[in-house]
Amino acid sequence: MSAAISSGQGRAAARLGLFLLLLPAILWLGLLVVLPHVEMAILSFSQRIRAGVYGFGFGNYLEFLTEPLYWRTFGRTAIMSILVTLITLVISFPVALYIAKVARGATKPILFLMCLIPFWASELVRTLGWMMLLRETGVASYLMQLAGLTYGPVELLYNDGAVILGLVYGGMLFMIVPLANALESLDDSQVEAGYDLGGSGFTVLRRIIIPHAMPGIVAGSIVVFMLSVGNFVTPVLLGGKNGLWFTEQIYAQFITRFNWPQGAAFGFMLLLLSTLIVWAGLRLTGQGFSETLRRS
Amino acid sequence: MWNNASPAFRLYVLAFYLFLFTPLLVVALFAFNASLFPAPPWKGFTLEWFTGEGVIFGKPGILKDPAMLRAMFTSLKVALPVTVLAVVLGTANAFLLERKEFPGKSLLAMMMLWPLVIPGVILGISILAFSSRIANGLESWLNMDLDFLRPGLFLVILGQLSFILTISTLIIAARLKKFDRNLEEAAYDLGAGRWRVLTTITLPFLRPAMIGAGLVALLMSFENFNTTLILVGSDAPLPIYLYGQMREGATPAVNAASLLLMLVAGSLAVLVAFANRGEGR
Repeated sequence: MSAAISSGQGRAAARLGLFLLLLPAILWLGLLVVLPHVEMAILSFSQRIRAGVYGFGFGNYLEFLTEPLYWRTFGRTAIMSILVTLITLVISFPVALYIAKVARGATKPILFLMCLIPFWASELVRTLGWMMLLRETGVASYLMQLAGLTYGPVELLYNDGAVILGLVYGGMLFMIVPLANALESLDDSQVEAGYDLGGSGFTVLRRIIIPHAMPGIVAGSIVVFMLSVGNFVTPVLLGGKNGLWFTEQIYAQFITRFNWPQGAAFGFMLLLLSTLIVWAGLRLTGQGFSETLRRS
Repeated sequence: MWNNASPAFRLYVLAFYLFLFTPLLVVALFAFNASLFPAPPWKGFTLEWFTGEGVIFGKPGILKDPAMLRAMFTSLKVALPVTVLAVVLGTANAFLLERKEFPGKSLLAMMMLWPLVIPGVILGISILAFSSRIANGLESWLNMDLDFLRPGLFLVILGQLSFILTISTLIIAARLKKFDRNLEEAAYDLGAGRWRVLTTITLPFLRPAMIGAGLVALLMSFENFNTTLILVGSDAPLPIYLYGQMREGATPAVNAASLLLMLVAGSLAVLVAFANRGEGR
């Protein structure tokens, strides 16, 4: 009898403990993530009927489809982000291979840590560095004039190249870390066997090294793509008026024009874009979402 | 086989590291240029952009500039609550994920990862829209102003917390997973109560991860831009203030502030490394 009571009390205490631990998690996810997105969904489907009166409708999404500036900026953001992801992958792969396989002894952790350092500096600081290098009065232009390569100052800022450069620079760490981790477990004897069987360096890379690195490639690419699509500072500061990034449109609708329903619809389009591309990437390569996210 | 990497390969890696560090070195270098513009040519070394009163260039150095100091203080006012909440709630989440079983647990664990894949701008606008709806509803009901639900530091703190909490949860849960439950059992057998076991056995074991999570939270809060930009009111934290300065065409004062930010971030990074070393025990 008393045992039954105490076990009943134990169960009540355990339930109370569970409740107390669940509370912050539910408040966090409910009030800061789920309900705000529900509100954004409601907002995106409300359109102005007449001054001060709003009703349900697809007007904001239609506006997106019919206004070329909006859907072009959207498509441009998507295509440039894919391009940024590919460039980042190509640039980072040899470095990751070097860190994982070539570097020996103390060089390995040093090279690895040196990759991390720039990313402890804020995104804003990194962008400032590129602005100072690329602008008309900047370091690159100055050095080119000193070397006699050009006669006047050269403006290297405010074009698509500068935006891509800035985004690639910002994404590299998130590519190198998962790549190096994946390559670390590559068995050297497999590579040797590939050579022994008469494979050229390229064949070994294509048939052995890249397939082995695939989980890292997928994880890195997804993170780099999402960071690019959602970026704001880099396209605005390095692209200037030509930046035309979709996050800028969202900001403009919300903060500058105070047209929240339109901004909410844009927000959902951006979420849709990143979800679709990530899903397609996972499907194409047969990887799972949770493992991939954990890996990165 | 890997030892005889071709010189071209080595050269490529070297070029990569140059590419990696050039922008940061340029930022740091021109913080000390005795010129009104953060651009070449080099006009001599000065500390004017850190400690100057503004006599030489007409603009004060960052440590004498009230606007800059206010921005730094604002950043701190945001970062401290975010850090404390991230560690405390992150620890609670870690216990929930590692110690409790309940229906819907895997769904909840999955949802905790969500904020990492939502772009910062969207986290910002969704929280802004939701808090405005609540404020509008409550204000007409209570007949009073609820300014804390309007753009301002309170919303900035919540906005940053919404995704930083994911990271602190992951860090602390990873450590709790490694904990040997036998240690707790032994303490119970020796007659210790729940509270005593928690405070003398489990939490000390988690301490390195809690410190690490706190430092990461501090850094991420200090450097967050996108979410903060949407939710900020009239008090601008440092990154938002610097962004405004950069758009207007900056003086080397912005470089000086950036260098300071890099140094703070660098020392936090070293501290994180030390906290991680503690985890090896």
